[in-house]
Amino acid sequence: MLKAGLRLACPDCPIEVVLVKAPTDEVELTCSGSPLVDMDSPRSLGGHPGAEGDGALLGKRYVDEATDLEVLCTKAGPGQLACDGRVLGIRGAKPLPSSD
Amino acid sequence: MDLNLLLDMAASGHGDRPAVSAGGESLTYTDLGRLAAAGAELIGRIGADAVVYVGPSHPAFPVALFAAGAAGVPFIPLNYRLGRDQLEALLAAHPHALVVTDEKWISDLRPEWSRPVTTFLASLQAGESSGGGVPSPGEADDVAVVLYTSGTSGTPKAALLRHRNLASYVFSTVEFGQAAEEEAALVTVPTYHIAGLANLLSNLYAGRRIVYLENFDPEAWLETIRTENITQAMVVPTMMARVVRFLDGADAEVPSLRTLAYGGARMPIPVLEEALARFADTGFVNAYGLTETSSTIALLGPDDHRAGLLADQPEARARLGSVGRVIPGVEVEVRDENGSPTPGQEPGLIFLRGDQVSGEYAGVSVLDAEGWFPTGDRGWVDEEGYLFIEGRADDTIIRGGENISPAEIEDVLMEHPAVADAAVVGLPDDEWGQRIAAVVTIEDDGNGLAPEDLIEWVRGRLRSSKTPDLVAFWPELPRTPTGKLLRRQILADLSATVSSGGSAKAEGRPVS
Repeated sequence: MLKAGLRLACPDCPIEVVLVKAPTDEVELTCSGSPLVDMDSPRSLGGHPGAEGDGALLGKRYVDEATDLEVLCTKAGPGQLACDGRVLGIRGAKPLPSSD
Repeated sequence: MDLNLLLDMAASGHGDRPAVSAGGESLTYTDLGRLAAAGAELIGRIGADAVVYVGPSHPAFPVALFAAGAAGVPFIPLNYRLGRDQLEALLAAHPHALVVTDEKWISDLRPEWSRPVTTFLASLQAGESSGGGVPSPGEADDVAVVLYTSGTSGTPKAALLRHRNLASYVFSTVEFGQAAEEEAALVTVPTYHIAGLANLLSNLYAGRRIVYLENFDPEAWLETIRTENITQAMVVPTMMARVVRFLDGADAEVPSLRTLAYGGARMPIPVLEEALARFADTGFVNAYGLTETSSTIALLGPDDHRAGLLADQPEARARLGSVGRVIPGVEVEVRDENGSPTPGQEPGLIFLRGDQVSGEYAGVSVLDAEGWFPTGDRGWVDEEGYLFIEGRADDTIIRGGENISPAEIEDVLMEHPAVADAAVVGLPDDEWGQRIAAVVTIEDDGNGLAPEDLIEWVRGRLRSSKTPDLVAFWPELPRTPTGKLLRRQILADLSATVSSGGSAKAEGRPVS
């Protein structure tokens, strides 16, 4: 089971994420089809030739509404993040007023 | 999920922006990242197991924090205003810490482990630490920061904040890189306060330049806002009171200032209303939180302040005195003395839950089985979710079996035009259990104001059971640097000047 705070990486592109909200169920997180791996796993950063979409952007949050999963992109890359095959949507920004 | 992840993101997202400046020193996010890595090497080389910071708001502060994170050791900011004995006692608890400190302490505060802030930065910039191995960085469950709480109740407690607590706070309240290029935050809260830490992390993640003003003074503060084009600022209530007094009815004339946040202690409504009038074009934000909750857990935003000022209905206007609604990721529950949720909007003990809530002291968690943290504050939540804080549960006066919140009486006293500051405490009483004593400071000479006048003032506005039995005029009230009342000290001084059951309405003076 994935736990909030866990950091994961794409084995094939520079994308790295941190799990902000753990999913309610067991899921498989992928980046353009490649399952995400632990941060210390071997990786090739060649990218996903012909990847669709805008990739993942630094500091943006991506959500899967079906499982309430939310990840934060901590390193940008061209791949497309998905949860059990569902492409993650970008979460709209509604910043709070600055309090500190 | 650790604090250095925030710095890595900031360095790669907005690395060339200025991150922090003070006293002529300025660092970009890229500089911060590089210096933190060099600091981690230094920590590894000397074998330090913590980084203690006893110093001013200076660019060395974020460098020391992130160096500790990169080396996987806790960061421990201490109050440099503490007396020598207290500082030495706290330092003794961390015998193998790298101590980054002000020059004036360096000569005799454990010299072999100490570095003055300026030489600490200069040596890292010169790359003198290279050659050592790099220790492994902190992880989500590691302790990131140890904060000794301000301790209005006596001995300071070491609150532990883990990387995941602080990172959760930032991730749920700040949008990465949300600050426009010109935004700058003026910071006047000290380094050893949770607000000093939280604003550093929030502004870094937002990409907002931090400007430190070490010694608060109303004129210097206003002038810095104008010269540095400050867009965001945060003050504690005592600072706000000093600013409006300095302005003396004039407009603040700070066109760049978009938001002014306040917190750290209770804001008197008359001070707030005066400040809203003097800063007419600035949005106000009231932030409530505790050290143990990684700073802010509830916010009263600019729209709430405007609505409160314009409101006709008393409920809406009363919200100016609330701390707003809880932020995403935090839950609040109000419980009675037996631990059951209070019905409706009944006041009770405030419990909080969420990823940013640590509730842990020196390894001992005070969270209950469901993860709720007892804040020790009393309050209630209104029908639209606005949280009202009455004050510390320990400060509640129990007079003849009735629970009386000092804050309610203090607010009424502060509304009197001649009263500048007020504190209400319970004195031991044989008949009532406790009787209500008020200590006030008055403007100028108060035009012959007598204690009896203030007793009548309160009696005319609150129930007679909430009317002080005694009012004393003092030249000033003891407060912590962040504006919290030192009620214990007031109680002790007051008890020394009035004998129990003695002349109840006499004018007292504290023994000095």
